[in-house]
Amino acid sequence: MNILVCLKQTFATEEAVRIRDGRVLEDGVKWVINPYDEYALEEAIRIREKAGGEVTVVAIGPARTESALRTALAMGADHAVLVDDERLHGDEHTTAKVLAAIARRKAYDLILAGYMAVDNGAGQGGARLAEELGIPHIGAVTKLDLEGGVLRAERDAEGDTVVVEAELPALITAQQGLNEPRYPSLPGIMKAKKKPIDRPRAEDLGLDPGEIAARTRVIGLGGPPPRQPGRKLEGGAAEQARELVRLLTEEARVIRP
Amino acid sequence: MRLLGGHVLVFAETKGGQLRGVSLEALGAARRLAGDGKVEAAVFGSVTEPYVGDLGACGADRVYLVRDARLDRYDPETYTQALAQIVKAAQPDMVIIPHTAAGRDFAPRAAARFGAGLVSDCIDVRLENGTAVWTRPVYAGKAFERRVAGGSPVFATLRPNNVPRPQPQPGRTAEAVLFTAELADPRTIIREAAAKSPGGADLAEAKIVVSGGRGVKSKEGFAPLYELAGVLGAAVGASRGACDAGYCDYALQIGQTGKVVTPDLYIACGISGAVQHLAGMSRSKVIVAINKDPDAPIFQVADYGIVGDLFEVVPQLTREFRKALGK
Repeated sequence: MNILVCLKQTFATEEAVRIRDGRVLEDGVKWVINPYDEYALEEAIRIREKAGGEVTVVAIGPARTESALRTALAMGADHAVLVDDERLHGDEHTTAKVLAAIARRKAYDLILAGYMAVDNGAGQGGARLAEELGIPHIGAVTKLDLEGGVLRAERDAEGDTVVVEAELPALITAQQGLNEPRYPSLPGIMKAKKKPIDRPRAEDLGLDPGEIAARTRVIGLGGPPPRQPGRKLEGGAAEQARELVRLLTEEARVIRP
Repeated sequence: MRLLGGHVLVFAETKGGQLRGVSLEALGAARRLAGDGKVEAAVFGSVTEPYVGDLGACGADRVYLVRDARLDRYDPETYTQALAQIVKAAQPDMVIIPHTAAGRDFAPRAAARFGAGLVSDCIDVRLENGTAVWTRPVYAGKAFERRVAGGSPVFATLRPNNVPRPQPQPGRTAEAVLFTAELADPRTIIREAAAKSPGGADLAEAKIVVSGGRGVKSKEGFAPLYELAGVLGAAVGASRGACDAGYCDYALQIGQTGKVVTPDLYIACGISGAVQHLAGMSRSKVIVAINKDPDAPIFQVADYGIVGDLFEVVPQLTREFRKALGK
């Protein structure tokens, strides 16, 4: 089986976000594999362990992204591709076009990606890529089985669990709960250091940067709107409860009696 | 960036025989952008006519009825095909889709079909010098970006409970147009669909949420929260800590890796207020925190804080609300 995993390098989720001149500051930040992509990668490796084949990971990003790919290799991925050609960096539209070009280089049976990136939070990547490749996708998967070329997935949809089946080739996006990603082993880390990382340029992928340029543009970036400082209520439980009900109905007016 | 031509199409999602609130909010956003231009809506499923009235009253000039039983259950490809065919026929400048489980899943496919930009999970949109400027949270709500999109059509998904719903104008009607979609057989087959939500209002669109954290201490500990929620007509949520500890199902989880909610009132019981939890609820209009620990970070975002034992406070609240609401 040929499996492709799309991953992104993001801030660790505990990181504070500092903004200067409309840009997020990156110095001193801890970088990780986007947590949702980790579930995708772990699932890919498990499927390869059962069904045989190879797992290729691809990431689009600047030079620092290499460390995320080394971690993926250390966890067990077989091949790594880094698209660090800046002409191929854009928005979700650009990303999908680039990933589709990567995906077309081999006959991938299964593609996995995270449900969304914890920085951008748009969750477009997997579905866009599936549409580009003309394959079905199952989003937000919390359980996955593969038997006889048929994927059986449980997906999480606003509290409901839906069991969906699809034939390969197909694309899955991984939701939290799909698995517990493994820690890379020390031998894995050592081996990963020596593995080559493929760095295709626009020309290698047959892509014209002008044609796939971003369709959207960020024109401003700021912190969250400040909240008014709150207040703590006095007294015992009964008094606090009475006062709170009064405040919510009369002052804040979020409850209408 | 091209100026908006004033023709916006809204995908009006329904649930349980009703228009979802966010579908009406999307109409509000659409009218804000279209001005005197055209606002149209699309409804899918075997039953579509009953929604025309409300859609018209809330601003739609025309409603496309894709009356097809195959669309009763969400499927990414059939929904993409149906919407894309309407977009191709109607040629709107912009398409607004609710950012729900279905919307967020098929909007990217629809946008990719047109090589179009898609601005996802927006909490606001304004016209600035004729261009639609979308505001959306990034880094789990630690920051907000403003984005514009070029080309035509442009797609956007709208987060529930952020843009106000239009006031229905009695007597305002929409033209209903039957639209036949050519749908290929779905390539993903639904084998089972189980509603896991343990009763109570749907979290994503609830106006009031009562939420429990590790302080709830057990599955049974959620009982007083459910009682309070029952009196308030609220949905019940939870922090990741409570879910990880097995006190409740993951379907309740609110946070960075869970659901994002924007209720009018969020009552956090025994929740410490980790940054990842705040990402799921910090845009709530009013936040109440009940926690034994006076230094819990949740008190920094709470409008009203009660330092106390939730097992004493919550039942008292239920009692007082019953009185206030005549229940």
